[in-house]
Amino acid sequence: MNWKNIITIYLKELRDMLRDRRTLISMIVIPTLVMPGLVLGIGFVSYKIVNQARSTVPAVMVLGGEDSPKARAALAANQRIKIIPTTADWKQRISDKKVRAAVEIPSGFDAAIERGAPTAIKIYNYEGEMRSGFAVGEVRRFFTQYRDKVIAARLAERSLPVTLIRPFDVNSENVAPPEKVGGNVIGGLIPYFFLLLSFTGAMYPAMDLTAGEKERGTMEAILSSPIARIDLVLGKFFMVLTASLSTVLFSLVSMGLTFVIGGAMLARSGAAQRAALPSLDPFGLLAVVGMVLPMAVLFSAALLTISLFAKSFKEAQSYVSPLIIVIIMPAVVGLLPGVELNARLALVPILNVSLVSKELVSGVWHWNYLALIFGSSCVYAAIALALAVRMFNREDVIFRT
Amino acid sequence: MIEARHLTKTFRDKKRGEIHATEAVSFQVVPGQIYGLLGANGAGKTTTLRLLATLLQPTAGSATVAGFDVVRDAQHVRAHVGFLAASTALYGRLTARETIAYFGKLNGMAAEDIQHRTQRLADELDMHEFLDRRCDKFSTGMKQKTSIARTLIHDPVVMIFDEPTVGLDVMAARTIVRFVRDCRARGKTVIYSTHVMSEVEKLCDVIGIIHGGRLLAEGTLEQLRDRFGEQEMEEIFVKVAGEEG
Repeated sequence: MNWKNIITIYLKELRDMLRDRRTLISMIVIPTLVMPGLVLGIGFVSYKIVNQARSTVPAVMVLGGEDSPKARAALAANQRIKIIPTTADWKQRISDKKVRAAVEIPSGFDAAIERGAPTAIKIYNYEGEMRSGFAVGEVRRFFTQYRDKVIAARLAERSLPVTLIRPFDVNSENVAPPEKVGGNVIGGLIPYFFLLLSFTGAMYPAMDLTAGEKERGTMEAILSSPIARIDLVLGKFFMVLTASLSTVLFSLVSMGLTFVIGGAMLARSGAAQRAALPSLDPFGLLAVVGMVLPMAVLFSAALLTISLFAKSFKEAQSYVSPLIIVIIMPAVVGLLPGVELNARLALVPILNVSLVSKELVSGVWHWNYLALIFGSSCVYAAIALALAVRMFNREDVIFRT
Repeated sequence: MIEARHLTKTFRDKKRGEIHATEAVSFQVVPGQIYGLLGANGAGKTTTLRLLATLLQPTAGSATVAGFDVVRDAQHVRAHVGFLAASTALYGRLTARETIAYFGKLNGMAAEDIQHRTQRLADELDMHEFLDRRCDKFSTGMKQKTSIARTLIHDPVVMIFDEPTVGLDVMAARTIVRFVRDCRARGKTVIYSTHVMSEVEKLCDVIGIIHGGRLLAEGTLEQLRDRFGEQEMEEIFVKVAGEEG
């Protein structure tokens, strides 16, 4: 192994890559602009839509209840819903989203309450439709308060305390620090993005530096120079790794900026307090990058090996593109609730990093698992790299026709 | 000097089984001589040259190039060889100067030596106009000159040319032919593969006719004319390959 040759190859590939628009797009533009654009854009649009829906008073029809003027009057007096005249096609109008909900007041509702007889209100809605859901919430809240008033009046009539029917309250309070709450909410997504980006960042250079070289006819020239194959592989490998880690780094920086800008936007809009935003343990976040490092080595070496087998860039793409699923699957499993880290899962590549990263950004450091995952990831990465060197020494792969 | 002794290369193909690309090919090329390896497509020319350039390893037989064994001292062989093929291309995003310097560095040359040698090659090949331009914008002739300079940067004693004029226009092909003659004049050992009969007639001191992976005939142009009773190289080739067929 000759480090001078490795550096020569690395620097040439770096220069070559920095002059390639396609690599720069996948390495810098996508992680820097697309990710925050996606997160902020979707967040902004959905916030606007929800806000608009909430600020619109939903139209509700009342079915029956002609003999219950008290209930109808109280309902009509509610400012948070708008009672509109009832029509025969009320079901169709709910389906057409012209009316958000309908409330059925049974015959003799007021009288039944007076007598203390059982009775029930029925709400009709468009299941899964956001604005209909808001209308149902308002109608339900109104009738719950209406019921509480009736109960309070009945108890007062009998000179009984309210605690008779409500002996105690049940309250809950969050004691977890904000970074742990944040870790649970978005902690799983962070390693998922990092793993995916470290893979996609390595994809294009790996294909270009192997199958691309074969296709363009530059591989033969480099192989006829006196450098050892291992130097050639390592020079190219370090370049692919640089691209992979740069993608992660750019996404890390842009993600940080996204949080700062997004938080400021939310705080300014008054929609949420800063404290309500999920926060992450910064050291945990750095540790996630540390855990992604051997994964990036594994991806870079594996992609080099697979791409080298292809005769052309197009063929390499057909081998490499489906592998994104292989990355996404374990990363998504790591996001599922109930999937907890254990010694066996700590040996499953990608999934192990995904699971431990969720804990890391929440500020939980399982040192034994961290050592096991980092160690096993390094072993997998070393195997992939050794395989890449072996592939570069195979004539049937290098000169595959 | 190049010495091939019973060089044999067998490939294994899933569909076609064993393919004997070269079978016991033996020849010798001395310094200041151009050895022409003449054969049709698929005759075994490229495989033979790749074996000599250590890009492939022989299944049997052996060879020495510039005194080094192609299997045991592969890296030393490559350090003494310049390999130029029509199929080898340039890095499009590098300039001609960067390309030449890259190969100089890979050959262990110091930066100062690379600079001097690049200057000299640019003078000889009239490359100054495009030396600092990116190769992807080059004409065929510019590409050929850059390829030649890249091959010569470390001043190799042995030159291997694998069908270097394939696909080139007349002017670009003439540049190559002139360059091959220059190599001979400088005392380099040259091996040149082609399927163009006129090229071997014009260029080569010794001609080896390869067909079906075997070297069937060898000699100077005069010796081959005498032996096969034909004046034209094409007729000699047809006779040799036909006898075998």
